[in-house]
Amino acid sequence: MTSFIQVFKRHPTIVVGGFLLSLLFLMAIFAPWLGTIDPTALSPIHRTRVPSEKFWFGTDLLGRDVYSRVVYGARVSLTVGFSVAILSAVIGTVIGLAAGFVKWIDAIVMRIMDGFMSIPTILLAIALIALTRASLENVILAVTIAEVPRVVRLVRGLTLSLREQPYVEAAVAAGAGRVRIVAKHIFPNTIAALTVQTTYICGLAILAEASLSFIGAGVPPSTPSWGNIMAEGRALWQIKPHLIAFPALFLSITILSINMLGDGLRDAIDPRMAKRI
Amino acid sequence: MLAYTLRRVLLTLPVMLFVALFVFGLLSLTPGDPAVLLAGEDATPADIQRIRQTLGLDEPFLVRFADWLWKVMHGDLGVSLFTGLQVSQMIGQRLAPTFTLMIMTLILSVTLAVPLGALAAWRHNKFYDRSIMMMAVLSFSIPSFVVGYLLAYAFGLELRWLPVQGYVPFSQGFWASIRTLILPTCALGSVYVALITRISRATLLETLSQDYIRTARSKGVSNKGILFRHALKNVGVPIVTVVGSGVALLISGAVVTETVFSIPGVGRLTVDAILRRDYPIIQGVILMFSFMYVLVNLTVDLLYRVFDPRIKY
Repeated sequence: MTSFIQVFKRHPTIVVGGFLLSLLFLMAIFAPWLGTIDPTALSPIHRTRVPSEKFWFGTDLLGRDVYSRVVYGARVSLTVGFSVAILSAVIGTVIGLAAGFVKWIDAIVMRIMDGFMSIPTILLAIALIALTRASLENVILAVTIAEVPRVVRLVRGLTLSLREQPYVEAAVAAGAGRVRIVAKHIFPNTIAALTVQTTYICGLAILAEASLSFIGAGVPPSTPSWGNIMAEGRALWQIKPHLIAFPALFLSITILSINMLGDGLRDAIDPRMAKRI
Repeated sequence: MLAYTLRRVLLTLPVMLFVALFVFGLLSLTPGDPAVLLAGEDATPADIQRIRQTLGLDEPFLVRFADWLWKVMHGDLGVSLFTGLQVSQMIGQRLAPTFTLMIMTLILSVTLAVPLGALAAWRHNKFYDRSIMMMAVLSFSIPSFVVGYLLAYAFGLELRWLPVQGYVPFSQGFWASIRTLILPTCALGSVYVALITRISRATLLETLSQDYIRTARSKGVSNKGILFRHALKNVGVPIVTVVGSGVALLISGAVVTETVFSIPGVGRLTVDAILRRDYPIIQGVILMFSFMYVLVNLTVDLLYRVFDPRIKY
């Protein structure tokens, strides 16, 4: 107990952010047992009801239970967030390490990454989605493609500075091969910064999915995702604000908790940075 | 300087070429026949043939790309699949509200965020700093379209100070037009303000810990003098960099914000194009915005020297 208080005192944002995120995770996993009904079940008699004891968050245009839809929506958001974070971290690290170590790869790869980075995330995703069918996998793929360049830049930059370190030179002098140097001496030293970056990417990906679904370029309309629920509530929100208020609240809390976790991790890993940003 | 400027301008060419190749090549890379995909589910064979012809899908890829690129360089972005109008013309008609919104957001964000960041750094770890940073994390985390709905609800529906939704063009009065854009500007600006506040604070904190500040302090320069004459002069470069790279956020945000406030700008055009699978429009919008983004960052790079004469090329 004392150790928990110590951790909390030193890094309150990690504890609060991590706690909120775990709650959201539990909500996503145990969605069917949280007093929800089928989030896609239509009930035209109960259309656009305001929040009540029976319908906690009210019902939407088609009479679907908004509470159930919001709870199930956590599954979509967290799936997208974590899939994109892990995929872009893995792909970005491999490309970044290669670019940082092999000159000719660097020249080509960095021009391509510059190109990708000059297309704003949402537009890049829109282009990919417009040409494929709307699906969860395609959203994950599109957002991953948009986020990979950020990781590549980070890892490449770190690799370039790490390979000048005396201990890497020592390893080269001792006859260690390239692969061994990268695996044993370079990669482990990128993990800390990579973790922080991956946390932020998770938040950005959740935001991107919600934005894309909101404008009709995200997951299929039948899927209960926070962006979709808000998109459906768009036509009636002035009379029935509850249609968008609840998904908006959950979306904001999710991104907030991830950003708090990211800020806390950054402060914990690099205390010098804590003072700065 | 001239050599650097030339090199920097030349460096943007491969980037632009890549963007062009990407938006164009995507059409051919996607599995299946793009014409069938774009025509939608209940298209007739005639529709599909028409789309194939409009996009010139019968030709080999490189021929098509060269042909298309030549046209793009002459301002011809192709023809909309839905309306049959020129894409450049359709985008042109929608530029005014989008650019006004972006410029208003830029002005609001910079004038608000730099002083806020400076105040936070000046009162480091005190009440103002803590509150400003808390606000920054909050507005960084709440999506701009959520902020948009909150503002529209509070100031539009409840207080009735400003229009809830919609847009009045400049031709119907300057102030009437600006009034419709105030809430969208605040919504779009929320993330941007947070970003610039954080970087301003960070840069100023770094500057305040430098030796020359300590020297100034030891020779008796007042607090005000240190902040305004010594420290703030040196925070320009990082702030301008973030303002430049943040334009990407602004572009993505504008698409969504225009949807919330029903503003008939380029963002709305894009959203309608997605629903109609009107790829030439999406292609045109991406090209235009990416070009703009590259241009902004080119300008930022070239401006460094103005902000910091010590930088030599």
